[in-house]
Amino acid sequence: MAGSGTAHLRDNDDMVLRVEGLTVEFPAKGGNVVHAVSGISFDVMRGETLGVVGESGCGKSTTGRALLQLPPPTGGSVKLNGEELTALSRSAMTARRTDIQMIFQDPISSLNPRRTIGKIVAEPLDVWGPKAEDEQWKLVSEMLDAVGIDPGGAKYKRPHEYSVGQCQRISIARALVMEPKVIICDEPVSSLDVSVQAQILNMLEDLKAKYGLTLVFIAHDLAVVKNISDRVAVMYLGKMCEISESDELYARPAHPYTRLLMDSHPEPNPDAVIDDEVVLGGEIPSPISPPSGCRFRTRCEFADERCASEEPQMAMVSDGHFVACHHPLVEVQA
Amino acid sequence: MYISYTISGRSEMVTRGISGFEGVSLSSHDSGSATLLSVRNLRTYFHVGGHPVKAVDGVSFDVGVGTTLGIVGESGSGKTVLSRSIMGINTAGNATTTGSVQYNGSELIGKTRRELRHFWGEEMAMVFQDPMTSLNPVVRIGRQLTEHLRAHKNMSKAEAEEVAIQLLTWVRIPEPKQRLANYPHQMSGGMRQRVCIAIALACSPQLLFADEPTTALDVTVQHQILNLLSQQQVERKMAMVLVTHDLGVVATRTDEIAVIYAGKIVEKAPTASLFSEMRHPYTQSLFWSIPKTSEPKHTRLSAIIGRPPNLAALPVGCSFADRCPYVQPICREVEPDLQSDGGHAFACHLPVGSAAADVALSENAAAGLAQSQSAAARRESNAGVSS
Repeated sequence: MAGSGTAHLRDNDDMVLRVEGLTVEFPAKGGNVVHAVSGISFDVMRGETLGVVGESGCGKSTTGRALLQLPPPTGGSVKLNGEELTALSRSAMTARRTDIQMIFQDPISSLNPRRTIGKIVAEPLDVWGPKAEDEQWKLVSEMLDAVGIDPGGAKYKRPHEYSVGQCQRISIARALVMEPKVIICDEPVSSLDVSVQAQILNMLEDLKAKYGLTLVFIAHDLAVVKNISDRVAVMYLGKMCEISESDELYARPAHPYTRLLMDSHPEPNPDAVIDDEVVLGGEIPSPISPPSGCRFRTRCEFADERCASEEPQMAMVSDGHFVACHHPLVEVQA
Repeated sequence: MYISYTISGRSEMVTRGISGFEGVSLSSHDSGSATLLSVRNLRTYFHVGGHPVKAVDGVSFDVGVGTTLGIVGESGSGKTVLSRSIMGINTAGNATTTGSVQYNGSELIGKTRRELRHFWGEEMAMVFQDPMTSLNPVVRIGRQLTEHLRAHKNMSKAEAEEVAIQLLTWVRIPEPKQRLANYPHQMSGGMRQRVCIAIALACSPQLLFADEPTTALDVTVQHQILNLLSQQQVERKMAMVLVTHDLGVVATRTDEIAVIYAGKIVEKAPTASLFSEMRHPYTQSLFWSIPKTSEPKHTRLSAIIGRPPNLAALPVGCSFADRCPYVQPICREVEPDLQSDGGHAFACHLPVGSAAADVALSENAAAGLAQSQSAAARRESNAGVSS
């Protein structure tokens, strides 16, 4: 997979986010470099939800944070509504963050336990919004209402008085209060029970329609990603393997890694056929010294010499479906 | 002394009420396999501030030799406390466990830790959710693996080490001999969980409790670990209790499933029959709330409204009543018993699929109950898909 290339980028005036060659590297011990994200490209249209799926360590969260310049990427370009974010000064970027907000995985630790809900949700307004308390409260209560938290009771309560699911609703309200254009959701439902997860996913769909949001939805659960996304990008070890409209991706996975993920996903269906072979050596390599060529080749059953020497480029499978692989499972167009 | 007997899975017999100690066994595993573990009316209460927190409240089930029971529940449902109570490893000082746990004919409840030691490891073992915290970070893998062997089997150091290498080979750890000198932090999460499985298997237990063994792991690693567990289970004819929150994990890997809600089993059936015919509204709601890759994108999920009840102040009647689409006045007055319809047991006054439930659902939907409207809509769309 380890794919590079930009064949899958679309030419459209309605692009909210356009990311090209995004690279994030971190220094490691002994002068080594952690190649967390290595040259990935994607775009997100207005009102679209892009799902990013991959295993831990594939760089999906780093990608989400790099969009917000937290920290700024080592290389590549991130354009929000045509404006290059990587070129902005620190203070200009702070102002731009009103347009691009983030929701984190663990709602308990992302809310300050010592502050009241009223203050937590109003905090972004302290920086960029109206300063008068009654004006702030008007906006805050409207947002709390939108996420299903009773504003009357919430003003003076603190996070510990709420359940995990409710805390996640509160952190969504905090992200929404700036009326952002894009929300990066980093595993927003993975610490929740399935019944609560369904409530939050439905709510995100409703809020998206109501406020015309564009979402980047990062998660490891294939079914969750399929449910909420219009398009899905599959990442592996800092590279993008495959990107496609979601129903098409799940119906016809083209990358061997995408298929591995799908075969591993436990569907609640007792008739599902499971591959019960105990596979050896299924460990993800270290991002400090990623494999040459295609980064997935060490775990890929189709890998050959070409995969070790030459990095696959994004190629079109069908309209809107692209894969970076020398041995794709479905035929690609030349 | 309590005698347990088994009703054949296909029997038409309907039994009611298992709350009494002399109740009828609700086992539905194949009558061909003998009962290894028999749990009757197990209750674990934590005494906090005057009110007992009823974490496990009258649970009964059987596990047959070599079979797998899945226990499914959300956080706080009592599924972990249940498996720890059976093992006798609830360490909290304020907990009391009553009822009966018979392992191969011997009663475990009331045994001291010293007596239970003979069962731990050799007869029953446990794999925990978090492989990092269940291994000792400052002790080498080798010593953690050989500890039981030397204590239970009186092996010499060299003998135990040989067995440890064999165990690591079984759980597919490359270079097992070198790995013995490793500390847990030198291994990945998946490898650590395989070491935990190797430790659990060291003394060849007859019964393995796997408490969310793959929840902290990636899907591809989860798949490997579950395959490894089933393979070892078949080879060793070992029984397994797989505790999880994920209906997907138990769907293809269990013989029987028990769904637990607020400390009680609300539905228990052979795996195929549970999925083909869900009788308890909670099981159905749980299943409907899971996103599935087989459904098209943006499929509206049927969320379960509200939250699980407080285990220290359970409502009168059925604990699920407040969230149930089929709720009727009787549900808030009388607690339903676990009743068995053939091998399929459920605790509900208005089981899904009954005429009474259909009437209740349409009445509730008409009266404006949100969960009933969403359930009715979901049923209609399901019927549309299948027809």
